[in-house]
Formats: sequence, C-alpha cells, structure tokens
Amino acid sequence: MTIISDAEDNLDGALPLPQKPFRPPGVMRVALRMWRTRFGLLLTTALVCFAFFGRYFAPYDEDQFIGVAMQAADSDQLREPSLFGSGKLGFDIWTRFLYGGRPILITAFLATLLALILGTIIGLIAAYNRGKLDDLLMRGMDVILAFPQIILALVVIAMFGATNELIILTVGLSTTPRIARIVRGSAVAVVERDFVAASEALGEPRWRILKDELLPNITAPLLVEANLRLTFSIGVIAGIAFLGFTADPIAANWGLMINEHRGGLVGDQPWGTTLPVIAIALLTIGTGLIGDGLSRAAGGVDRQRGDA
Amino acid sequence: MSNRLGLAKFIGRRLLFGVVTLFLVSIFIFVATQALPSDAAQTVLGRNATPASLDHLRKELGLDRPLLNQYFGWLWGIVRGDPGNSTATGVPILEYIDDRVVNSLFLLTLASAVSIPLSLFIGAVQARYRDGKFDQVSSFSMLGLASIPEFVIGVILVIVFSTVQWKLLPAVAQFGTDKPWQHMDQMVLPTVTLVLGAVPYISRVTRAALIEVLDSDYVEMARLKGAPERTVLWRHAMPNSLGPVFQVIALNIAYFAAGVIVVEFLFNFPGIGGALSAAVGSRNIPVIQFLVMILATVYVVVNLVADVATILVTPRLRTRVS
Repeated sequence: MTIISDAEDNLDGALPLPQKPFRPPGVMRVALRMWRTRFGLLLTTALVCFAFFGRYFAPYDEDQFIGVAMQAADSDQLREPSLFGSGKLGFDIWTRFLYGGRPILITAFLATLLALILGTIIGLIAAYNRGKLDDLLMRGMDVILAFPQIILALVVIAMFGATNELIILTVGLSTTPRIARIVRGSAVAVVERDFVAASEALGEPRWRILKDELLPNITAPLLVEANLRLTFSIGVIAGIAFLGFTADPIAANWGLMINEHRGGLVGDQPWGTTLPVIAIALLTIGTGLIGDGLSRAAGGVDRQRGDA
Repeated sequence: MSNRLGLAKFIGRRLLFGVVTLFLVSIFIFVATQALPSDAAQTVLGRNATPASLDHLRKELGLDRPLLNQYFGWLWGIVRGDPGNSTATGVPILEYIDDRVVNSLFLLTLASAVSIPLSLFIGAVQARYRDGKFDQVSSFSMLGLASIPEFVIGVILVIVFSTVQWKLLPAVAQFGTDKPWQHMDQMVLPTVTLVLGAVPYISRVTRAALIEVLDSDYVEMARLKGAPERTVLWRHAMPNSLGPVFQVIALNIAYFAAGVIVVEFLFNFPGIGGALSAAVGSRNIPVIQFLVMILATVYVVVNLVADVATILVTPRLRTRVS
C-alpha cells in the first residue's frame, strides 16, 4: 500500500520531459509480491499450457472412436485402453479433454483483446474531448450495457449461426462499454493534469496526447479491468458452448463437453463432466486471483460486475 | 418543494432514458431478424414451400407490408401483450410463455430474497471484524466464487449434492404444469446456484461501503456517546452505505435475468431462460424477439429502480439533483 502512495507522490512531483515518457509504477511488479498473484499466475499458466499443449500428448485423435459411448474405463465394451473411459459418440474422454480447452481460451482472449482496444480508444476520446462527443459516446455505451452479454450473443447466434468470428465479435463488442467506462473514468482525472496542458501547448497532435500522455497513466486500472473481463469472457464463451452453441459441434470443447456428458454423472461415467468443470473452475480462479492481486496493487480499484 | 421537483425531473429523465433504451433494443432485434436469409413464412413452410403458398402465408403474416409498418405492428403487439404465434408450433406465444414467466419470476424472487439479506449480513460482519479470521476466509472464498462461471458452480453443486455419493437433492427441476412452490426441493439447487453467483459481489460492495462509513466522524461520535457497536453498525452506518449497495443489488438482479438462461438450461427448469435457449436452437424468431424484450425490460426497470432508490437513500445526491 505504501509503495503505491509513494509512487503517486512521485508522479505528482515529477515534471515529465517530452522526450522521455513517464513510466507508470510497476503494478505488475507490486502485484507479484503477493502470494495470491503468484498462485493465480501458477494456476493460469498451468492450465493455459495444458489447454494449448496437452493435445500433443493425447493418446488418440480428437475424433477417434475407441468403443461404445459412455463407458467407464474398465468396461469391456472399449476396444482400446482408456484412462477415463469413453464419452459421447465413443470418443476417449481424456483425449477430448486435452483438446477441449484451446478453442475457449483463444476466443476469450481475442474477444477481450478486441474490447480492450476499442474500449480504450473510445474511453480516451470521451475523456479528452468531454462535452457533446463524450455524452454521445458514453450514452451509446450505456445502451449496449442495457443488453445482458449472453442474451446479445444468443440473438446473434440465432440469426447467423455460431461461428467463432461472430462469437468473438459479439462478446468483444459487448465487453467494450465496460472497458470504455473504466478508461474514461480514470483518464478524466489525468486530462486535468499540467503535463497534458504542456503537451497541448507544444502542439502535439491529439492522438499522440492520448497515446503518450493519457494511456501510460491509466495502465493500472486498465490492467485490472482487462483481467476481470478476460475472466468473464471465459465464463460467457464457455457458457455459450455449454448451451450447445459452438462453431463445430464435433470439435472438443470444455463447455460443450460438460453439457454432453451430464447424463453420465448419475451413471458410471462422471469424468466427461467432472474433468472440464474442474479445469474451468481452476482456470477462472487463477485469473481471478491475478486480478485481485493486480487490483490490490493498483490500490482500491473496486471489482464490480458491470456485467450480465 | 424545489427539492421534490428536482427529484421528479431526475426520475423523469431516467425513465426517458429507459424507454429510449428499450426502443433501441426493439429496433436492434427487429433489424437483426430482417437480416435473416429466410423469413418467417419460409421457416414455417420449410422445404414444402411453393411460391404460391409462400405468397399466401406472407400475406397472412403481414410480411408483404412495408418494413416500418411491420415494425410498429410488431412493437404494438408486444406492448399490448399479444406477440403473435410461435413459428414452430403455431400456438400463441403467450400461451407457451405465461407459466414460464411465473416460474422464472419465482426463481428470481427466491434468489433475491436469499442473496440480498445474506450478502448484507456477510458484508456487515466482514466490515465489523475487519481483517479478522472470518473476513479473510470469507473474502477469499468469495473471490473464488466470483471468478467461476455460474454454470460451473451449478454443475459442481449437482456433482456434490445429487449424484452417487449423496443423492440429497433433485438434479433437475421438472414439475410440469405444477407451480414451482409445490416442489421446493427442486428449487433448491437452481436458487443456490444463482445466490452463489450474486453474494460475492453484493457482500464485497457492502463491506467496502460500510468500512468507509465506519471510519467517518459521525460514526465515531455515535461510538463516543456510548452506543453499542451493533447499534452503530445497523442503525448509524448501514443506512448511509446503502447507496452503492443498491446499485450492486440492481446489477445482480439484472444479472439474474441473464443468469437464468444458463441456470434454467442446466436444471431443465421450465422458465423463460430455458425457453430462450431452446428458441435459439430452433431459430424460433418471434419467440426469441418476445423473450429478449421481456428480459431487456426486466434489466432496464431494475436498474431504473436502483438509481431512484440510490437517490432516495443518499441525501447528498438528493440535494445535488435539485
């Protein structure tokens, strides 16, 4: 805590030179001193590695049949040995599990990235210009916020079908207002600072002021928000898959897997649901812990669900 | 007097924004449906469509009218409470939906009735014994709960409470045409899932808001005059921290409006959330349009109520408004 306030004091006192942009205090570094951030990072890294590279250690192909569907590992209905038995359509559960994480992670990451870029641009423009443009932009954002994310996604899917591009676009665009709000809120205070006026006096072009003067000074809240949004995007995208809407219904996907094997929970094939549930839970707890560490490091940035 | 006028003005402005939002939402839904490659007539007739029968049905459904005309016809139908017939079954949508609306509302009410007092209580205890054992343990578990997607929480509950180990509670809610309150055992897991999704957020904000108020001078004053800590907490501090708490409660009730989609699907609960995902699966456009309008309305109304309530419990804002 004290580290942050010291850094803040320095920030007030230092006169930033035009050639050398001000370096923000290392939120990441402060956060990494906390065990929760480290633990979260460990969990997240482990699961991301698992989701990305696990498939190269899979015993079978993604769509290889190993016997009768929904059999326990020791069943004699299986043609091949299997660690956790067979799932829907007779695929190997363990193989499907190793394959099923990547699609969710990639779509969630790209959706968050899209929202991050758009939200930052909109938020910065709104904060810098104020007045009519600010009102227009932020009211527009409010209208998008009036639409629960998952409902928006379902409407779009109903119209155009569930493709990866559409899911990324919808989740990204519906996440944008949440980021724009945070960016605008933090940047408004920075716009009032003297060094911004100095840059204006020097005749810096507007986009440079946004990029070099405002952006570096709001990285801390932005980082916190980006992490929070990533956590929610993973949830929303896995949720959409859970409802049965994925680009490729045959491809392995943790969300879809949970849904497809629910029947096995009461039978003797609980793994098809249990494995991906554990994975998603650990992954989101991991990103959540990183986010908590970051927000503690950034100092009193409240985590809120601007969501739904 | 001028104070009250300012308040009325604020509510009026807020109301207007809500109406405009819903109007834009309706335009979005309508335009999105127009982008479909096949129209309602084609969906109904499917592959057996002949040009003549298509023409006939289009006339019957009013699809030959100008777009603006169709839009207002549709909007007026929804406002009147007559959204037309389902394309899949031909049954009036209202007949198919009305029981489900009641069921979902009951689930939503139950979840709110449990989660709000529970979170206020947890937040208050956390703030009262700040940084104590309870605060640390509960804050940490809340953090975990808040990160995990709702449907995953639900599946974990099912695994723990209704599979082989302990078959304590039914894993599906299937009460057919009965009322949900006749089958409270089936309500437990869906409600708990929604509650666990909301409690972390409400309690967190309650804790933060309370801590801020508990550190203020007037609370110190109350303590100094000898008021017991419990009175200080509930009588003096709590009312002044309700502003932000209302906002979060509203966000979360609004969030339930979306949460019911996944939770109802998970538990086969016969509500509007489950109906929406089914309608999306079968591309039943009129049903989707109507359900989305209902859910968006709930969302907008709840946020509106929260904004007004916040103004009412915050004297500072009340005067600033006027």
